[in-house]
Amino acid sequence: MEHRPDPDKLLARMREEEQQQARGKLKVFFGMAAGVGKTYAMLETAHQRKREGVDVVAGYVETHRRQETEALLAGLEIIPRHVVEYRGTSLEEFNLDAALNRRPTLILVDELAHTNAPGSRHAKRWQDIEELLNAGISVYTTVNVQHLESLNDVVAQITGVIVRETVPDWVLEQADEVELIDLPPDDLLQRLREGKIYLPQQAERAIQSFFRKGNLIALRELALRRTADQVDVQMQDYRRDHAIAETWPANERLLVCVGPGPHGARLVRAARRMAARLRAGWLVLYVETPRHLRLPENERDRVVQTLRLAEQLGAETVTLSGQNVAEEVLSYARQRNVTKIVAGKPESPRWRELLFGSVVDSIVKNSGLIDVYVISGDFGDTEPPPAPPPETARNWLHYLWAFVIIEACTAVSWLLFRYNLEFSILVMIYLVGVVAVATRFGRGPSIFAAVLSVMSLNFFFTEPFFTLAVNDVRLWPSLVVMLLIGVIISTLTVRTRQQAEAARTRERRTAALYELSRDFASTRGLENLLQAAVKHISTTFESRIVVLLPVENNKLQPWGGVIGWWGTTVEERMVYAPDAGDQGVAQWVYEHGQMAGQGTDTLPGAEALYMPLVGSRGTVGVLGVLPGQPRRFQEPEQLHLLETFASQSALALERARLANEAQQAQLQIETERLRNSLLSSVSHDLRTPLAAITGAASSLLDEASSLDTTTRAELAQAVYDEAGRLNRLVGNLLDMTRLESGALQVQKEWQPLEEVVGAALTRLHQHLGNRPVVTDMPPDLPLVPLDGVLIEQVLINLLENALKYTPADSPLEIRAYLSQPRGSQPALQSVTVEVADRGPGIPHGDEGRIFEKFYRVNEVGSGRGVGLGLTICKGIVEAHGGQIWAENRPGGGSVFRFTLPLDGTPPKISEELQVTSNEFSAA
Amino acid sequence: MTDSSPLILIIEDEPQIRRFLRAALHSHGYRLVEAETATDGLRAVTTHPPDLIVLDLGLPDLDGLEVTRRVREWSRVPIIVLSARGQEQDKIAALDAGADDYLTKPFGVGELMARMRVALRHSAQLNQDGNEPVFQVGELRVDLARRQVWLAEQEVRLTPNEYKLLIVLVQHAGKVVTHRQLLREVWGPGYTSESQYLRVYVGNLRHKLECNPARPRYLLTEPGVGYRLVDE
Repeated sequence: MEHRPDPDKLLARMREEEQQQARGKLKVFFGMAAGVGKTYAMLETAHQRKREGVDVVAGYVETHRRQETEALLAGLEIIPRHVVEYRGTSLEEFNLDAALNRRPTLILVDELAHTNAPGSRHAKRWQDIEELLNAGISVYTTVNVQHLESLNDVVAQITGVIVRETVPDWVLEQADEVELIDLPPDDLLQRLREGKIYLPQQAERAIQSFFRKGNLIALRELALRRTADQVDVQMQDYRRDHAIAETWPANERLLVCVGPGPHGARLVRAARRMAARLRAGWLVLYVETPRHLRLPENERDRVVQTLRLAEQLGAETVTLSGQNVAEEVLSYARQRNVTKIVAGKPESPRWRELLFGSVVDSIVKNSGLIDVYVISGDFGDTEPPPAPPPETARNWLHYLWAFVIIEACTAVSWLLFRYNLEFSILVMIYLVGVVAVATRFGRGPSIFAAVLSVMSLNFFFTEPFFTLAVNDVRLWPSLVVMLLIGVIISTLTVRTRQQAEAARTRERRTAALYELSRDFASTRGLENLLQAAVKHISTTFESRIVVLLPVENNKLQPWGGVIGWWGTTVEERMVYAPDAGDQGVAQWVYEHGQMAGQGTDTLPGAEALYMPLVGSRGTVGVLGVLPGQPRRFQEPEQLHLLETFASQSALALERARLANEAQQAQLQIETERLRNSLLSSVSHDLRTPLAAITGAASSLLDEASSLDTTTRAELAQAVYDEAGRLNRLVGNLLDMTRLESGALQVQKEWQPLEEVVGAALTRLHQHLGNRPVVTDMPPDLPLVPLDGVLIEQVLINLLENALKYTPADSPLEIRAYLSQPRGSQPALQSVTVEVADRGPGIPHGDEGRIFEKFYRVNEVGSGRGVGLGLTICKGIVEAHGGQIWAENRPGGGSVFRFTLPLDGTPPKISEELQVTSNEFSAA
Repeated sequence: MTDSSPLILIIEDEPQIRRFLRAALHSHGYRLVEAETATDGLRAVTTHPPDLIVLDLGLPDLDGLEVTRRVREWSRVPIIVLSARGQEQDKIAALDAGADDYLTKPFGVGELMARMRVALRHSAQLNQDGNEPVFQVGELRVDLARRQVWLAEQEVRLTPNEYKLLIVLVQHAGKVVTHRQLLREVWGPGYTSESQYLRVYVGNLRHKLECNPARPRYLLTEPGVGYRLVDE
């Protein structure tokens, strides 16, 4: 019978594939207030889907104990909630991981604007939903109009209630469907009174505040408008998608200028609404003038917060620095083809505007073709004016200096006064003093100096002498001139100094970036690149750094953290070791390619900030930054700079990796060639002893009678020796095969190194003969976790090697010591073992190559071995998590070192067994 | 070759190895019974009760370990097992099952003869039911009766556990003793997997008995298997 595909199965498979590939669909049930029936509508729709055969589960549904709603929930599979312990109370949260594991087609997650309990993966529920959507799971959710970020202040204005839980507008905008759940205000109030929404007492309070009829009407309008906007957008999309001809205005672009004033957030929200209505892209610009550096901490913070809000609302934020705000704004606006500029109404007093003009005025005056919108800031100051910076001891010192300088002028004038000089000359002397003060000590002291000068002039040099009475009219212009000059010069000086400071800051950043790129350009090899990255990022951001790179199965591991080897340029204070929790965060960052950790909204409980290292072909690793100052990366600019560093590093790492791969490929080819040429060499090495054995044995057989005893003994010895050599050769080849096939199993046990060394020396007893061997192992050397049989093999190979390549009577040395790692983890100590000789040393440049397979120093030499011994050592040591390397010794000879990490907890030799006091004594 | 010379049973499937063993044993004056398979070997143990068995661990019909177990069910005849390198677990299992010693292939005749001598001597002592009161090798002297340990003319003071450990090794002098065996006899059956105790105590003993603990003369390590106190 013909086998025909089952259409249902086919459909199911298609659905499954679609689910795996595509992003899930988001449907939002949108309402004006609590109680309109969003959850109910959501559940009803869900049941309908379920009847259609869709795999629906309830992720998190808040029924508020409403009976009809609970009844509806009954028929659905419910994902158990995740209980989070927080400050003694247990909070129930949506279990994102369970949902991801369950992988339904459609999931219901109520209350889009919910803020998750501290310690959850994401700060906000909408982020959970994002993750679900990215995983290909469709989501139904609910939200009320007052939770929309851009409407936040409008709602606050209408209702007087500031809503804390907000959702970025784009979350709603990218929803595939928005269903408005509408209910006339009277019906809603009716439901409220019937106790269908809140418990009676709560309901009464609600009617008094939020649920006033006027509020409800206004909220309803907001919700309806919002939905209409959304429909409008869909309509436009539809037109565009179906190529309906229509003239479109050129793409609009909005530029919002924000300042340190208190209305930044309002301005940004207003601009966001405008941008959304215009479907325009929007930029938020802050111009950092030298004045910025003088601003009090809280105002600078406010700028940062405004910029962050803008970023959350989907704006591109830019910080520029310059002298003249208006000029900077306009030139940037022209550069980016901005069509509309939005600015706040000036807040400075009228007289100041008249005197100096305002930024808005000059923007309007010079804007040319660009429209300028000025938005009022009549929201009332919500924050008290910043307190003046406290006077410091330094300032008093400045005044003291001003006093000293002016009185020095008095002294000079006093000396000159006797020669009957013009009064104006005296004024000039004082002027010099005022200028001197102004250039050095700022505005306050220079005003003080000017006043003091006039007083001194008056006191000492005008009649009546030695009084402060003013008879001389010449004094007044002098005072005015001195004051003016003092103020002007001090202002100029301060401004110049601040500009210089700002320029220096920028210069430092640029220089840091330049140095990083330069170092990257001149660095080869992954290790060196990582070292350079860690060093530069740590220094520039005064933070501790960790770089996590994927190893097996895309599992991240901190680079260098495992064995505590950090190279030569990285210092301990530059790095840190992430704990298990933080490694989990890093893993998340790696898998999702998004930033997370401290200071972000995702997994903010982490100790440090984690940033993906994104190269051109995907994420190559994760950068962890533990800032020295906690709020370091709150400033978007610092964060951007860090991002720049991270992306530079990522590209460099990727480049190194590609180079590595190319090298590997090259190596593979070479190895292949080498293997072919060495196959003949190995077969030669195998055949030589066989030939000797065959020859000697056949002589013994055939010519037994004619041989004398000595010759017979010699032949037998040759058979014996060659068989031994063959045995070692075969042993090495077998070990190599085991290593390469991964069949080698390391069975670590804690044991004294001395024992292993002893075993190796015992086994080589005959071989060593009378060679002097020095062993140096401190008696307090701790137990080391190692596989005794394998490490003995390493020592035997190293010693045999030394015996092979060094003169017969030169001494050998074996040394072991505890090596302090360079990393920050004191737990990851290791023991270093050395085998040193006084032979000819290793030819320069061969230090690394001698560990390569089939590599032999002095290729021309006789067949002493196959060149596998050191490769085996390397394999065994690396299987222990250690490293092996070789160097030439000062004073001649070579030294082979390998490390064995002390990982895990050493066993305790319990007290009752360690009898030391109760010494056994013979009777 | 007299009837009083010891009778050796060789259980080994490789004819070349048997040939070389035959030659070597004959020339040293031993009498010989050969078996090609485990079944033949077990039968030979009953028909010609040997004084010592040389047993290959890799037999075609039955595991050498199993042969050891079956022989030990009713006989205390010394068994020396032969195995290849890298089969430490098999060796330990055979030793723990009751084998007396082992040899790693390839081995020389000298080694085999030494092991056999030790095993035969121990079995003879067992039959006489008694140890010699004083054990002496090199400069090391252990007086079992007076519980004293001497190195050259110097008395060595040991802790009770160190002494117990040394005594177990002396009782098996020349033979390998597995970690498990030592732990059981010194610390008791509850400690058979706590090999770090053993390693630490052996280390302490070496520091007291050897002039260079990193190049021991008396107390040798059999890597992965156990320890051996030299006796000649």
